[in-house]
Amino acid sequence: MPMSAKQNTASDIESAMSKISIEISDGYLRYKDSDEVIIKGLNLTLPSSSWTCILGRSGCGKSSLLRYLADLLEDQVDWSGGINIQPLCESKRESKHQVAYMAQEDLLMPWLSVLDNVMISTKFGAINKANSKQIQLDKALSLLKKVGLADKSDFLPEQLSGGMRQRVALARTLMQDKAIVLMDEPFSALDAVTRYRLQNLAFQLLKDKTVVLITHDPQEAIRLANRLYIMQGRPAFAESLLLPTSPAPRDFDAQCAALQQAIMNRLEKDYVE
Amino acid sequence: MSNKELLSYPLLRLVISAAVIIGIWQAIVVIFAMPSFILPSPFDVFEKLIQRYDVLLKHSWVTGQEIVLGLLLGVSMGLLFALQMLMFKPIKHWLLPILIASQAIPVFALAPILMLWLGYGMASKIVMAALIIFFPITTCCYDGLRNTPAGYLDLAKTMQATKWQMLRHVQFPVALPALASGIRVAVVIAPIGAVAGEWVGSSEGLGYLMLQTNARMMIDEMFAALFILSALSVSLYFIADKLLEKLIPWKV
Repeated sequence: MPMSAKQNTASDIESAMSKISIEISDGYLRYKDSDEVIIKGLNLTLPSSSWTCILGRSGCGKSSLLRYLADLLEDQVDWSGGINIQPLCESKRESKHQVAYMAQEDLLMPWLSVLDNVMISTKFGAINKANSKQIQLDKALSLLKKVGLADKSDFLPEQLSGGMRQRVALARTLMQDKAIVLMDEPFSALDAVTRYRLQNLAFQLLKDKTVVLITHDPQEAIRLANRLYIMQGRPAFAESLLLPTSPAPRDFDAQCAALQQAIMNRLEKDYVE
Repeated sequence: MSNKELLSYPLLRLVISAAVIIGIWQAIVVIFAMPSFILPSPFDVFEKLIQRYDVLLKHSWVTGQEIVLGLLLGVSMGLLFALQMLMFKPIKHWLLPILIASQAIPVFALAPILMLWLGYGMASKIVMAALIIFFPITTCCYDGLRNTPAGYLDLAKTMQATKWQMLRHVQFPVALPALASGIRVAVVIAPIGAVAGEWVGSSEGLGYLMLQTNARMMIDEMFAALFILSALSVSLYFIADKLLEKLIPWKV
């Protein structure tokens, strides 16, 4: 049947694109309306199927880097440096279509139900006619089940707690089905226990993606990172840190605590500068 | 139902305050022995309301239509202007000064010209009502559109939203609560435009009726027309308010 053959090629392409790793070399970033160089000599490896955490004090440029990678700063910055994306066939423009973005705020639309919020990405971009409404609906519902909100699909965001709202945002991110997920402190506004549970849930659901999490919380970074960078200095550069041997998401042990103390000492120095 | 619960109904509060006003009104008429051609007693006015209901109804129908059509025209014009200013930035720089200048001209001063151009019929009053509400609608709506939280825009951008998808699914719904407050203001001031238009030149409508009855010293009937006009405005406001609350319950 020609129909199924067509679907096969489509899914082949999708699976080929579902693993993307990025290597940034000698990155340089400056806002066009300012003389201050934000990032200089930045080297980062963002491997596929793993969480890369980038730590740094607020204002160190980690958000700018993430927003640049999400293509949200297109006209506002000067960038130089290599961005090497594997598989190679893709240009930067194509790669941006493989990016999903999760911010500190849940950014749920207050006029849409939980289910419609999860499905909002289907309203944007080139509308994919191959996927019927029903398939997308089923997918959204199964994602809501995965984040434990199957019974809340008709609720409005204002009826949910902060943790639930961020879980809806997580389902919305998964709905996009992108190879790269950029996270800008999405857990920082939650209370400790809610944050802990959401970190575990997100880690499990996003373990096949190329995840970049920026955070100013060393504990969070140490718990979740498969690869950990610290961004320091003005202009900022990144330095790779050795992680404890236990697999992420880590339970906090003595090794983690020692690393946290070491990171704290370094970050503190960066504040004084 | 307790007394407190009853008092929480806006309609009941309205009835009570109306009763108090009528009481004071009647007291003034009695105490100061007002001649009926200066201030008729509320009971005379009610008598007229019943006696002349056919005439009053006919003119209210005309004024009501003018107000509602003026509202529709004004709101859609305001919306269109706001959308244009948002979507086509260069147009905004040309439109904004014109918009502000247009507000410097009192709408009432335009009334005779509108009569000249559009005639004595309903059209000129509809345009008057539309002109008077057009500015608050435009500014409210434009502010709402422009102040879309940056996070929403970023999210839509990373989902490859086009300019129009962004407008349709993000900016427009975000602006709706602001537009709703604009409409609430508009509903209150639209009758001013319609009646002012009728005063300048018309052959029907409550404003026309008030002028005619005033000239003939039929003050009680004039008050009856005034009463209907306020009742019309108040009920329009309540209907619009309830409707908007139902349709646009969210805040951004």
